[in-house]
Amino acid sequence: MTRDELSTRVRGCLGRIAPEVDVGALQSGARLRDQVDLDSVDWLNFLVAVHADLGVDIPDVEAARLATLDQIVDYCGARLGTA
Amino acid sequence: MITFRLPSLGADMDKGTLLEWLVRPGDAVKKGDVVAIVDTTKAAIDVECWHDGTVEELLVEPGAEIPVGTVMAVLREGGETPEQVRAQIDALRASPVQMAVPSAAATQRSAAPAAAAAGRVRVSPAARKRAGELGVGVESIAGTGPDGAVTLADVEAAAAKVAPASRAEAMRQTIAAAMARSKREIPHYYLAEDVPLAVATAYLAERNASRSVTERLLLAPLLVQAVARAVQRYPEFNGFFRDGAFVPGPGVHCGVAIALRGGGLVAPALHDVPSRDIDTLNRELLDLVQRARAGSLKASELSDPTITVTSLGDQGVRSVFPIIYPPQVAIVGFGRVTERAWIVDGAVGPAPVVTASLGADHRVSDGHRGALLLAAVRELLQRPAELAKATP
Repeated sequence: MTRDELSTRVRGCLGRIAPEVDVGALQSGARLRDQVDLDSVDWLNFLVAVHADLGVDIPDVEAARLATLDQIVDYCGARLGTA
Repeated sequence: MITFRLPSLGADMDKGTLLEWLVRPGDAVKKGDVVAIVDTTKAAIDVECWHDGTVEELLVEPGAEIPVGTVMAVLREGGETPEQVRAQIDALRASPVQMAVPSAAATQRSAAPAAAAAGRVRVSPAARKRAGELGVGVESIAGTGPDGAVTLADVEAAAAKVAPASRAEAMRQTIAAAMARSKREIPHYYLAEDVPLAVATAYLAERNASRSVTERLLLAPLLVQAVARAVQRYPEFNGFFRDGAFVPGPGVHCGVAIALRGGGLVAPALHDVPSRDIDTLNRELLDLVQRARAGSLKASELSDPTITVTSLGDQGVRSVFPIIYPPQVAIVGFGRVTERAWIVDGAVGPAPVVTASLGADHRVSDGHRGALLLAAVRELLQRPAELAKATP
């Protein structure tokens, strides 16, 4: 999987949690929760969606450090050994 | 014979529009089955039936707007013959009063919709369809067709008079009506207390460290459980104020205020919270939030809360001054968990702290008992492992 494909998949997971958001327009380097209204339940559901779609189970401690789309995509890429 | 009526959909909703029947005459229905989908100003709701039986006749057509209490269908009990039930349905039809037992809130509007339920307001199919599209209740329209039938033109004219309310506008009006009633009728008092969460957050971190995302615990269920166990000790905060008196809740069903995407909120119930272990409560909460936002709540969830918990979450502010949902008598709010300078054993150090606040009804309780309630919430949250276990 290329990094672009991975980014699209992660954005797709977010789009299912927050259907009103144009996920293609999100800035990948800016804090996600500054751009999208996500509460703790949404955030957990997003992580669950990433786990279901990509098979990447992000530990609690790591998830707290991931603030931007770039960081999430990089983390998943590293775990999947691609990108 | 069992009459299936539109149940209460919570204090702020006194009518609904039938969207769809999920059963047909002849179908067997078990207690708890979802039999119809009813639209409200807030969301489409799955309506359950609380009796076992066989559907004899559906009395309300999709598209009809009906008040709470309207007989929607008739079920046959075991041992009854269709002939026996038919006779009773005919008797029911002859008596519009029997058809719709209005809730207090729906009293003024009950007469016409009762007749509608019995099929007495004549509406052309095209007019009914158009009324559904425009969100206009046909029973409120004076028909100009033959025998006073409501025509397509009547519906269009009525819709033009009432500004076409979008879902968002309708929801805002519903919330406004409930909150105006709360502020008008309930003499609120407010209390707040800072609750240190070092033990609780450490407990969650430890439990979550080795867990998959699919089993991860949030703080919210611990907060809800602390409130539920606290009101068991102080039951005057759990229940309803009805007809001039306090009525204790039949259990502790915690309404959870959930902000909807696109605006507005609902506060459906988590049932029998004290009896749940924390993993169950966590799962039920995630499910409830997801279904609230997807618009697939059940009627019992909207009508049952005995107390409400509102948590503004980690994107929110430090404290909330919560407004009671009538006819409930108390609401507990939590602000954002913040790192604050906190004194433990004479030394200042950083600690995660949340401000818990109480809005309560002075007709039922007073500040002293309210203070004890919040103190109990604080104390319970210092022993998260106990809070996590189910109580019998």
